[in-house]
Amino acid sequence: MKDNLKRIFKGGLGQLTIPLIAIALLVIFNLIRDPSFFSIELTLNNNGNTVLSGNLISIINGASELAVLAMGMTLVTAACGGQDISVGAAAAIAGSAFVKILKSGPSINIGTVIMAFLFACVVAMLFGSFNGTLVSVFKIQPMIATLILYTCGRSIAYWINGGATPTVSSPIITAIGGFIPGVPIPTPVLIVIGVALVFVLVFHFTSLGLFTQSVGINGSAARLNGINSTFIKLLSFIILGLCVAVAGTIGVSRLGLINHETLLLDIEMDAILAVAIGGNNLGGGKFKISGSIIGAYVIQMLTITLYAMKVPSTDVKAYKAIVIIILVVIGSPVIKSKFQKFMNKIKSNRQRVSVKGAE
Amino acid sequence: MKNNKDFRREPLTDTQLLMTITICIFVAMYLLAMALLRGGFLHAQQVFDMLNDNASLIIVSCGLTIVMIGGGIDISVGAVTSLVVMSCILYLNNGGNIFVSIILALGIGVAFGLVHGFLVSYLEIQPFIVTLAGMFFARGLTTILSVQPQKIDHEGFAKLRDAKIVIPWLGYWAKNGNRVPARIELGVVVALACVVIIFILLKFFKTGRNFYAIGGNQQSALMLGINVKRTRFISYVLSGLLSGISGYVFMMHTGAGNATNAAGMEMNAIASSIIGGTLLTGGVGNVVGTLFGTLTLTTIKKIVVSSGLNDPWWQSITTGGMLCFFILLQSVVLARRAKKKKS
Repeated sequence: MKDNLKRIFKGGLGQLTIPLIAIALLVIFNLIRDPSFFSIELTLNNNGNTVLSGNLISIINGASELAVLAMGMTLVTAACGGQDISVGAAAAIAGSAFVKILKSGPSINIGTVIMAFLFACVVAMLFGSFNGTLVSVFKIQPMIATLILYTCGRSIAYWINGGATPTVSSPIITAIGGFIPGVPIPTPVLIVIGVALVFVLVFHFTSLGLFTQSVGINGSAARLNGINSTFIKLLSFIILGLCVAVAGTIGVSRLGLINHETLLLDIEMDAILAVAIGGNNLGGGKFKISGSIIGAYVIQMLTITLYAMKVPSTDVKAYKAIVIIILVVIGSPVIKSKFQKFMNKIKSNRQRVSVKGAE
Repeated sequence: MKNNKDFRREPLTDTQLLMTITICIFVAMYLLAMALLRGGFLHAQQVFDMLNDNASLIIVSCGLTIVMIGGGIDISVGAVTSLVVMSCILYLNNGGNIFVSIILALGIGVAFGLVHGFLVSYLEIQPFIVTLAGMFFARGLTTILSVQPQKIDHEGFAKLRDAKIVIPWLGYWAKNGNRVPARIELGVVVALACVVIIFILLKFFKTGRNFYAIGGNQQSALMLGINVKRTRFISYVLSGLLSGISGYVFMMHTGAGNATNAAGMEMNAIASSIIGGTLLTGGVGNVVGTLFGTLTLTTIKKIVVSSGLNDPWWQSITTGGMLCFFILLQSVVLARRAKKKKS
């Protein structure tokens, strides 16, 4: 126990240090600014359900799509050493496919919703494997390969929608995007917990994590050790495709409509940011999915904090940028080594002083 | 024992090969459009219009090409352009001086370049994250300055904006029987000057050659005695400076400021550089290729519009398809080359 504590104080949390410090700073800042910031209360919502509400709930709820995407993005980053910048566009396509199926039937029931979700998954996995093939087989850098879908993805979604922004209204859709009757926790949060659980189980029962890591550190060495690095890279993109379908479904259900232009706009940048704040190396290799999830909540907490400080939503980006820069500067290798040297100096000075005192 | 002949230069380097492919495809595409679609493509003004509309994109792409040759990336260029437009317009509308406004534009660009360069090269933070933060910051500042669209209202600037180079003998007969001379905006001159200057810098100057060296292999560049950090720093400052120039040119073209100005420009610039034969891994690229990359992108959009595909989604879908084609082509060409070298 004592050793554990010692290890943590020595920076033994490793890559989780920065995201945890960020969360702690944000929490402290908010508590000083407004002690009741994190209070949670039970209220009745419009549909007559007793639900939890408060800033903390809106942070955890609002970051759901981002958290799901960040999990998939971590895998792609670790395996390929690059990022997928097309997730927002792909989510718009998946959302359009979801709505397309819902609209095709006469009525919306559990069966059609599941069908629609499965169809969205298949579509998103197809686009994911398109990206994955370009990256793994043709050896194109991920950012460039996904630039193609980034350019045309939202237009494809527009095409699927037939030049409109169709709406869907059904109690089931409201339940997915909001609250299930009788459950006070927002459904998107439950979905995130479910996805995270799936990731935990997959990493526990298969060697996907180890394989991904070794492919990311050195692809050809991994191949010589009998790991099919092409397949692992492709697989990481397909898994990201599944995450995209989940995020797209949540996004569509939340609003009850699909707007190809605004659905999960700019989320690719936030997802990459979440991966970076989580302490993962954007050049591939070692990774921690938990770091990325915390990173996603850091971003959302920052946004909500700024909203609570009455910053206009259009200006939030500027303040966000300052905080990001501060975070990455603290985490930069150069600053870390300088800090280490500085600490060593202080330590040696203290020793010298004590030696002198003894004399 | 290797023959001396093997050490001779290859007929085409990777850079030149990719650039040649791009230029050939551009020319072929344009000739096809002239033959099949006719219409506007037969007038010289079509080319000039493409340049007029894309002068700022060309400038930004040049800066991005330098950064990409050095093995980095700068996705803040579009946002910086937008910030420059907005701040210059607000300054001019409050009775500013034109020369000071130019200095302001360059100053903003260089300031962003300096910060990015410092963070990336001296603090070794990943360039994507640094410039992403720069992008957020510039976009946020633009909306803090003004959410409402601003129209420029300044006499001296109106003169500068309307100044055009007119070439009478390249004009065409309009439908009403008047002869319309060909018009080129001042921004195009600036853009082409930028291309030429950077071409010379990259080709004949030590600094320019250093960009290729650090992008090709950072470790060996360091062992050759190149100051890797300073070279990378300079590449970001240059990119920032060019974003500043691009902002001013953008303002001269549109004459209005809007918070959503130049949205998505960074991705267009990256696409132009890639089509022009610059590799994101670094060490390969050329600004002349980038110029043709921009023109190719624009030509595709024009062809889509004039061939009657009027639905709003076709433009970006064809652009995406074209991008896919170029990227695959490059990958195949380079892979074949690497195989040949090995054997």
